[in-house]
Amino acid sequence: MSIDPSYYLALAGLMFAIGVVGTLTRRNAIVIFMFIELMLNAVNLIFVTFARMWGNVDGQVLVFFVLVVAAAEAVVGLAIILVIARRRETSNVDDISMLKW
Amino acid sequence: MPFVPPEIRLAGIAPEMALVVSAFVVLIAGTFARSRVNRVYLPALATIGFGASIYFAVSVWGENELQLSDMIALDGFATFCKISLAVFGLLTVWLGSDYLTRDGIEEPEFYGLVLLAVAGMMLMASAADLIVIFLALETFSIALYVLVGYRRRSIEGQESAMKYFLLGAFSSSFFLLGIALAYGAVGSTNLYGNSENPGLAQFLSESASEATGVLVLATGFLVVGLGFKIAAVPFHMWTPDAYQGAPSPITGFMAAGSKLAGFAALLRLFDASLFALRWEWRPLLIGIAVATMIAGSVLAVVQEDIKRMLAYSSIAHAGFVLTGVIATNDRGISGSLFYLATYGIAVLGGFAVVSILGGKDEHRVRLVDYKGAFYEHPALAGALTLFLLSLAGVPVTSGFVGKLVVFGAAIEAGYSWVVVIGMLTSAIAAFFYLRVLVVMYMQEPDESRPPIPVGRAASTVVALTAVATIILGLFWSPLIGAAEDATFFFVGG
Repeated sequence: MSIDPSYYLALAGLMFAIGVVGTLTRRNAIVIFMFIELMLNAVNLIFVTFARMWGNVDGQVLVFFVLVVAAAEAVVGLAIILVIARRRETSNVDDISMLKW
Repeated sequence: MPFVPPEIRLAGIAPEMALVVSAFVVLIAGTFARSRVNRVYLPALATIGFGASIYFAVSVWGENELQLSDMIALDGFATFCKISLAVFGLLTVWLGSDYLTRDGIEEPEFYGLVLLAVAGMMLMASAADLIVIFLALETFSIALYVLVGYRRRSIEGQESAMKYFLLGAFSSSFFLLGIALAYGAVGSTNLYGNSENPGLAQFLSESASEATGVLVLATGFLVVGLGFKIAAVPFHMWTPDAYQGAPSPITGFMAAGSKLAGFAALLRLFDASLFALRWEWRPLLIGIAVATMIAGSVLAVVQEDIKRMLAYSSIAHAGFVLTGVIATNDRGISGSLFYLATYGIAVLGGFAVVSILGGKDEHRVRLVDYKGAFYEHPALAGALTLFLLSLAGVPVTSGFVGKLVVFGAAIEAGYSWVVVIGMLTSAIAAFFYLRVLVVMYMQEPDESRPPIPVGRAASTVVALTAVATIILGLFWSPLIGAAEDATFFFVGG
């Protein structure tokens, strides 16, 4: 028994949309970053689905690249957020607004 | 079936490998010595790395093939970009060595990260597969996130690093979505493809209409990701903040290198492999180009901080280069390459002067701090004048020639109205460059300012870029010829 791939694509699209909305509306830098990770994982699901539809492994290999990049990005990103949080005791992006226009 | 080992030719990525190796050497060597010794030999090691990289890039000039399972394009286009990027990186390292000494933040990571960032940018120029573009983009972006926040103790530095990081990660997930959709439409992420392996260009040449709807959607998302890196409106929001908070040498490096790398991928992706789809993506890019030129020029006028002003100017320049991209002819491609190379040199020189005049911790970066700069530092003010005139596109400087070729290409392609907007916005842009000159020459300096120490490496960078700006403004034909050769070799173009 197999499930129609379009369900996976719909789920991935929904995840990506949640990620976009969350990134734009949330105020905590760490939560924003989690929503960005959600977007990346939505794309991973799309890759795997298309890999199955095409019957080749390209898409599955790409997922590993994305995972590695996301991990590297998380290391640097969390470090940046941590430096700010130590200095200002906040990770709310509304409070971090010295640079304008 | 006997096992046949795949043929591996590394000539296509030898310049990147030289940089990565020297980055590791710098990082390891940096842990063994004290900062006083590092001050001298780490920039020297980085210089050797860039030298080796340029050597490897020059030695394959004229070759034209796909390597490493068609993942890497070895062609004149990539080579031209790589040599330019290595020069940008070299100037950044020299400038940075004086900057770090002055501000007391000498750490080997600076050189290592610049080397790795340049390696990523170079890979971007020779990527022949969407996933390689993505990896290259992330390689240099992650290095730049750290470099932007390099002034750890500065509040502006931290804030700009965080904004750059969050928006950068956000935009690269859109780019990735574009890759996923392109893969879904084509079954491969290769930019070219041949009869055995599918690829974007091959797919478009065989099937005119079927499934291209998904591919058009994918194209839109790819534009978001690359538009962010080249700082095109409406994906420019990070630019002024990141440029202001980053150390000035890094700001110059981002303006020159990040833009060149982004445009290299954009040119290869759109003017070569998605060429058949040009009627779909061209209106989008024209809209972005017009919005970028107008918004960049108009918003720059009201800036009081020189780094922010140059940030908006760099946005406007992204729009000017985009007019070369939408021309989709050979002149457009070679013109864009020439423009990016000369713009990079001028903007690096400009930020070199800003970095020197800024003083310790860059406390003098507002426009009012430039009052009477000519009377205090005639040579530096003169050089800054030259760079600003080049950015404004005044004749006898390289910026004028650059504008001439990209606008000429757009007229040739029949987009005269875009060129008219480009000219009008150049006139607006000239206003804010001249404003800096007025402040420097026609106002009296404030009394009792301590003199600013000028490092030897930094002044070398200013002198070299100033000379290059003049020479390329007078004798442009060798570089334009090289850019035209680069277009000729452009695989699939």
